[in-house]
Amino acid sequence: MADIIEKLGKLDRRIIFVLIALAVIIPISFDLILPNPVGAEPSRDLYDYVDALPEGSNVLVSFDYDPSTMPELQPMAEALVLHLFMKNVNIVGMALWPQGASLGQDAMSSMADSLGKAQYEDWCNLGYKTGGQIMIVRLGSSISAVFPTDMDNVPWSEIPMLRNITALESFSLIISLSAGDPGIIAWVMMAGDRFGVPIGCGCTAVSAPTLYTYLQTNQMVGMLGGLKGAADYETLVGIKGGQAVRGMAPQSVAHLVIILFIIIGNVAYFSQRKKGGAR
Amino acid sequence: MRLIIPLAITFTAGMIMILNFFVPHQPFRFLGENLQEWYLIVASGAIFLGAMNLMHVHFRKIKLKLKNWKYSPVTIIGFLVMLVLGLIYGVTEGRPFNYLFMNMVAPMGATMFSLLAFFVASAAFRAFRASNWRATLLLTSAFLVMLGQVPIGAMIWDKIPLIKVWLMSIPNTAGQRAVMIGAAMGVVSTSLRMIFGVERSWLGGTD
Repeated sequence: MADIIEKLGKLDRRIIFVLIALAVIIPISFDLILPNPVGAEPSRDLYDYVDALPEGSNVLVSFDYDPSTMPELQPMAEALVLHLFMKNVNIVGMALWPQGASLGQDAMSSMADSLGKAQYEDWCNLGYKTGGQIMIVRLGSSISAVFPTDMDNVPWSEIPMLRNITALESFSLIISLSAGDPGIIAWVMMAGDRFGVPIGCGCTAVSAPTLYTYLQTNQMVGMLGGLKGAADYETLVGIKGGQAVRGMAPQSVAHLVIILFIIIGNVAYFSQRKKGGAR
Repeated sequence: MRLIIPLAITFTAGMIMILNFFVPHQPFRFLGENLQEWYLIVASGAIFLGAMNLMHVHFRKIKLKLKNWKYSPVTIIGFLVMLVLGLIYGVTEGRPFNYLFMNMVAPMGATMFSLLAFFVASAAFRAFRASNWRATLLLTSAFLVMLGQVPIGAMIWDKIPLIKVWLMSIPNTAGQRAVMIGAAMGVVSTSLRMIFGVERSWLGGTD
């Protein structure tokens, strides 16, 4: 028995890699979907806030991520955009990350097509601008000074839905889908604290712990953390078999496998320590 | 003069931005907005500098046949193909640039990041030990958060998601806030030291 435990403690990492791969591949292959109950989580707070927005409100969605974090953030973007469109809210998209502009365009245009929403009437994409925090401060006094045209070079003055929008204060809500810096912290500090615009957020699971501080102080109205946050939003909006909800089964199994490995590692550690071999 | 001019520019720009924040009226508002636009222009220029530097580094790597130089032509070709397609056809939906971005760049980027899961699992197996009571506390919290972050946690015990939210909202927030306040005070003190010329290492010298 002691030998088996010792061998397990020295498990080749390639075996770990194979088991993690299987933990993800098998649930995906069998299209396993787990029920995803949504409790009193920050994702529900964001949903409730968006759901209470009056028709015709303007919401700024900033796509502050790139393809590396797309598996977590793109399902969030799609579910959020769908909800905003269902509420007949106007969406102005933009990005603090260069590649976020294209990913945002993809999310908005696919959801707009499915609901018959028109570009420049119901939504538009201003694209990417560099500058992070400083750019956000400038948006606080004039958005058209920073974005004289949209992503497709259509002048600001020729976009009907932007007629009533001048600065950040024109928005009822700003949502940053953020994978790091510049991202949600810049929006909270500059747009939220300085100009008083409510801020919501979607972020990767690894950055969520840092952002809980802003929820407690009401500097953010809600937050979608990681794929679970995206799955919660899909469930709340009523998307059947959404990307994130389908991703919950492989993630559940992978988490269980990691926990199992940690337990095995600790059993081996204590067994060795008993023998006086471990530090 | 080589010392005084940069210090004078830093002091003036820093003071304008501070005054613009606390006194958002003319003339500080006008000056502040202009400085913000200058910053955006300079930051945009840095993108060209970055692109030129990327080319320089990789051409040099190929020329001197440095370690892993065989990957450099892939970087250069990829960069130039995207640049040329973007300049000729634009970057909007349905154009070649967007097609390549959505079908090559996006899946490759996502794949690279997803590989982290394998290394996290391996590292957790080797390093996550309940060697003392603090490590045990961390380990237990990690288990609860990992289970609370997926639906299977609620299937095992319906209180696990609530415990996860409590862990994240109370003990985690306390620690995070301490770190953030400390970092923010550091940023404020360093900024003031730079504005008033006490901190000069950014000028390139040692004093």
